[in-house]
Amino acid sequence: MNFRKYLVLAGVTVFAVAGDSMLSHGMKQVGTISIHHLQSVFPAVTNPWVALGILFLLGFFATYTTALSWADLTYVMPATALGYVLLALVARFVLHEQISLLRWLGIVLITSGVGFVAGGPALTEHNALPEADTGEGHVIAAAKSPLLAKDARNGAPQVGVTGKI
Amino acid sequence: MRTLYTWSAILVIVFASVVGDVLLSHAMKQVGDVGELRRRAGLLHVIVRTLSNPNFFFAVASMAAAFFSLLFALSWGDVSLVAPAAASLTFIANAVAAKIFLHEKVDRRRWIAASLVAAGVALLAG
Repeated sequence: MNFRKYLVLAGVTVFAVAGDSMLSHGMKQVGTISIHHLQSVFPAVTNPWVALGILFLLGFFATYTTALSWADLTYVMPATALGYVLLALVARFVLHEQISLLRWLGIVLITSGVGFVAGGPALTEHNALPEADTGEGHVIAAAKSPLLAKDARNGAPQVGVTGKI
Repeated sequence: MRTLYTWSAILVIVFASVVGDVLLSHAMKQVGDVGELRRRAGLLHVIVRTLSNPNFFFAVASMAAAFFSLLFALSWGDVSLVAPAAASLTFIANAVAAKIFLHEKVDRRRWIAASLVAAGVALLAG
């Protein structure tokens, strides 16, 4: 994990929160959409907040996808949860909404959960690209020796690229 | 009856999002480290390589299904029940699914984290 990767994880959180907030703000301007006229959701895209919200959610999807390319799902998931905390803090300090004791407790729980995961390794040690390995024996040997495992992990993506094309 | 509908919809949401997340994670592990790939072969190659992965498409389809079942659930149940219930159950189910299908090493540290986050989301969104 380097600085650039933490930046991507921060992007996952910020893009999700910003996108959701803009979308919510825009949809309140657009008004209620009847369940019987679902197609009336399409003109909503012309609302600038909705359009901007969609753009930010695309940014969320791009960063989320990027993060999943080098980190475990169980590692990235809590990072997305940090968005709820950010949302509550924005509600408290920007929108000056009241936050109940239970919600503060929720913030503490999520934050400590994220802290727990962030302290551990980002990617499971065994190779996540079994189909990219050339030989079965190599995988078993790699699993047994930490030195070789590191080697296999560094080499595997390259094998995967050349193998697929 | 309405409660039954709402909870069934919540379960469908959780199922669809877990399938989507697991497939997306699997697809991106097949694609490989996007940052490294971009440096070596360019952004266009990364995009083509990602979009041509069949798992990626099934993942997006599942996430779309989750989104639409969320819309249905919201028309039957309260947002204060549906959103936190679906989100926190998804966290737990994702941890289980990642262990079984992605063979991720979900150690005690990650179980605790998933439970804390799920509880926190339930409190925060409830």
